[in-house]
Amino acid sequence: MILPAIISLTVLGVVFGLLLGLAARYFKVEGNPLVAEIEQLLPGAQCGQCGFPGCTGAAQALAEGNAPITLCPPGGRAVVLALSAKLGIEADLAGVKDVTPMMAEVKEEICIGCTRCFKVCPTDAIMGAAQQIHSVFREACTACGKCEAVCPTESIKLQPIPTTLQSWHWHKPQEVTA
Amino acid sequence: MSEYLLLLLSTALVNNVVLVKFLGLCSFMGVSKKMDGALGMGMATTFVLTLTTAGTWMLEHWLLMPLGIEYLRILAFIMTIAAVVQFTEMVIRKSSPALYQVLGIYLPLITTNCAVLGIALLNVQEKNSFMHSLLYGFGSAVGFTLVMLLFTGLRIRLSLAQVPPAFSGAPIGFVVAGLLSLAFMGFAGLASH
Repeated sequence: MILPAIISLTVLGVVFGLLLGLAARYFKVEGNPLVAEIEQLLPGAQCGQCGFPGCTGAAQALAEGNAPITLCPPGGRAVVLALSAKLGIEADLAGVKDVTPMMAEVKEEICIGCTRCFKVCPTDAIMGAAQQIHSVFREACTACGKCEAVCPTESIKLQPIPTTLQSWHWHKPQEVTA
Repeated sequence: MSEYLLLLLSTALVNNVVLVKFLGLCSFMGVSKKMDGALGMGMATTFVLTLTTAGTWMLEHWLLMPLGIEYLRILAFIMTIAAVVQFTEMVIRKSSPALYQVLGIYLPLITTNCAVLGIALLNVQEKNSFMHSLLYGFGSAVGFTLVMLLFTGLRIRLSLAQVPPAFSGAPIGFVVAGLLSLAFMGFAGLASH
């Protein structure tokens, strides 16, 4: 009773899968191959910081020449260079910053314990109380920069996250060659 | 021949899938803002429904009944429907990218359009023959398309009408759908099935 049920449903699934696979090959939509190649070069974070809906949209705009090759903030220099090589556009690296992961850090000598940063922190990443020196939880900080803006003594600043044994990784190959 | 015509008339008008059986209301309310979208949705549903009624009939009579595993009916039917919808999506994407853009999310959602599964299950319940099933599905889909177009026309008019603020948008849409349903109830007695 169970066995024919299992077998028939499995066979059904395999047959449908096979038919759909064949149909996908037969009805394949030929897009612009350049778009796919450019999308491969982009980071694929789908962050939308370029103003396009995801990396596919950005790749389409790049392929049509409607966007500058410096459009991708998370990609940094490496992506600009790769795009300039692919599209044959002169790369203008001025104004392209390599973004490293940042986090807020308190300089304890000049913190006055005013609690302003503590109040604006959206993730409750700052610990502290009035007249007490504040400190930041590394795991909770998203580097939004709000605390940096309100600090009266400039004691809280975004710093690159220090490399630890846990966070160290090999350099990406593009950065080495670029 | 007249029997088949009567069946078509019965499913399309008298036992209309949306307004009398109240199936497939999601896309009925969702895609009835523009004529293009409504027509495309109707066509896509017609394609899917006709194919699935044929597919599910074969499945029911050649696989589920001989093996005595009718309890898997819903699962197997949903699988068929999902496959057919995927296939339709590919065809539409290939043949008409504009329509593909217009239908958007509602195209894969035909899978969960209860009209499609509902018609397939009703076919089994009424023990229709293959030809009857096919016409039942096709007629229902034609009825669906017809009602979609009628309702879209009404909604386009409605968007120009002065509606009290509390009723504007979806509420007046539902009120009008109810009135349309009442009008379709008037077909009862034209043909009985």
